[in-house]
Amino acid sequence: MFKYIEKLGDSALYALRDLGRMGVFLVQALAGIFSRPFRFMETVRQIREIGVNSFGVIAFTGGFTGMVLGLQGYYTLSKFGAKSALGSAVALSLIRELGPVLTALMVTGRAGSAMCAEIGIMRNSEQLDALECMAIDPFRFLITPKLLATLISVPILTLFFNLIGIAGGYLVGVGLLGVNPGAYASGIEQSVVNLDINLGIVKSFVFALLIVWICTGRGYFVHKIRGAGFGAEAVSRITTQAVVMASISVLLWDYLITAVML
Amino acid sequence: MSEPAIRFIDVTKKFGKQVVLDRVNVDFPTGMTTVIAGGSGQGKSVSLKLILGLMKPDSGRIMVDGQDISAMGRRELNRIRTEFGVLFQGAALLDSITVFENVALPLEERTSLSRQEIKERVEEMLARFDLTGHGDKYPAQLSGGMKKRVGLARALMLQPRIMLFDEPTTGLDPKISMEIYRLFFETQKKYGFTSIIVSHDIPKVFNLADQVILLNNGHMTTFASPEEIQHSADPEIISFVETTMGQIYVSKEMEKIS
Repeated sequence: MFKYIEKLGDSALYALRDLGRMGVFLVQALAGIFSRPFRFMETVRQIREIGVNSFGVIAFTGGFTGMVLGLQGYYTLSKFGAKSALGSAVALSLIRELGPVLTALMVTGRAGSAMCAEIGIMRNSEQLDALECMAIDPFRFLITPKLLATLISVPILTLFFNLIGIAGGYLVGVGLLGVNPGAYASGIEQSVVNLDINLGIVKSFVFALLIVWICTGRGYFVHKIRGAGFGAEAVSRITTQAVVMASISVLLWDYLITAVML
Repeated sequence: MSEPAIRFIDVTKKFGKQVVLDRVNVDFPTGMTTVIAGGSGQGKSVSLKLILGLMKPDSGRIMVDGQDISAMGRRELNRIRTEFGVLFQGAALLDSITVFENVALPLEERTSLSRQEIKERVEEMLARFDLTGHGDKYPAQLSGGMKKRVGLARALMLQPRIMLFDEPTTGLDPKISMEIYRLFFETQKKYGFTSIIVSHDIPKVFNLADQVILLNNGHMTTFASPEEIQHSADPEIISFVETTMGQIYVSKEMEKIS
């Protein structure tokens, strides 16, 4: 009996230590933004890596999400004789919910996993130790450019996701199912208000922060995570864990932000 | 006698229940070469990480130039780390940048030299370590010996006062190991740094040593010379010497028996 209580206490203490470590990590990563010299070219390279190179997958996902929304929306709305509201339904679903969430999940899978694995391998091969020994701040050098690049890229990718999704909905609703194009466009114009846009923007920034924090943080502490193992196995486990944690956090915070802002 | 470059005062380090260093007191004299020897898992690399401030001791103090680095904040640590050069076991080169960029990194990050000056200094260093023409390669394209040479070149770029070598010849063939030792001799002669070498390569590495520290069961024993180890009466040290170097000293009585 006491053994189980001891184990429970031990796990709780470990979880608290881990949370504390990750909290300090976030503060140091944010502080890196103000450290000099600023790594401008590395930040641009990371924007290409995280943002530009994710565009294809975002366009593909956004397009098909919009098309499915168009299809599903049409059949649901037609039951109530409200086909003309298709544009409004597609746009609101994308801007308020699906755009930010699906973009964040795609970036987590494509770029977040890569960030985690890269930092984890650098930790295991003593590259991070080498940076510290050269008195080079690993946060300013490595983490901050990724942080800034993600914060810049995710909202822009979300914008593209929404635009391509709305176009996909148009293609199916207007092009295939015969909804009036003017009704589709005016539905969007009349229903989308500033709050919807703001909600999408806030969500995309928060999700970007969650992705970069969790993915780089797990990689950075790969050697301290209980049960992760060692070497390549540890990196692979921690990368999976980071992607799962980041995805769950995105969904959790999506609910919280919606509940607070609506 | 001058102040030691590094001094351990009652240093204890544990991992869970395993005591790696148990109230260790030891000096690393300025300008000299100290070899830390000991079996696997005895805490040799941990000792280096403690000196570098990458780990903190559970108790005790680690003095570098009279300052306790175990109580220092990040900024002070960074200041004192500019005095150090480190050659890691696997060289720890940044694998996403080229050899040239690796060697140039300390100058780019820690000095205000112009691009041209950095280029000249890096090319000079690459030439000194027989790496001319390899500047555009990535670490993954280099052999183990070349990686170590690049690591050494990078570590020496800021002309450190203290050099730490973590298993500098592990995984290298005897010829390349000798090459690393030759480079060690040459660079120490040129720069006059205090050096600490953690190595399994016994007895070869003893040729470099002014002082040897034997790490066993959490205790460090200092010997003024490698020869002194061979004459120790401590059974644990005799056992270590016999397993690593073979029977070095045989008494006349033993000779008759054998």
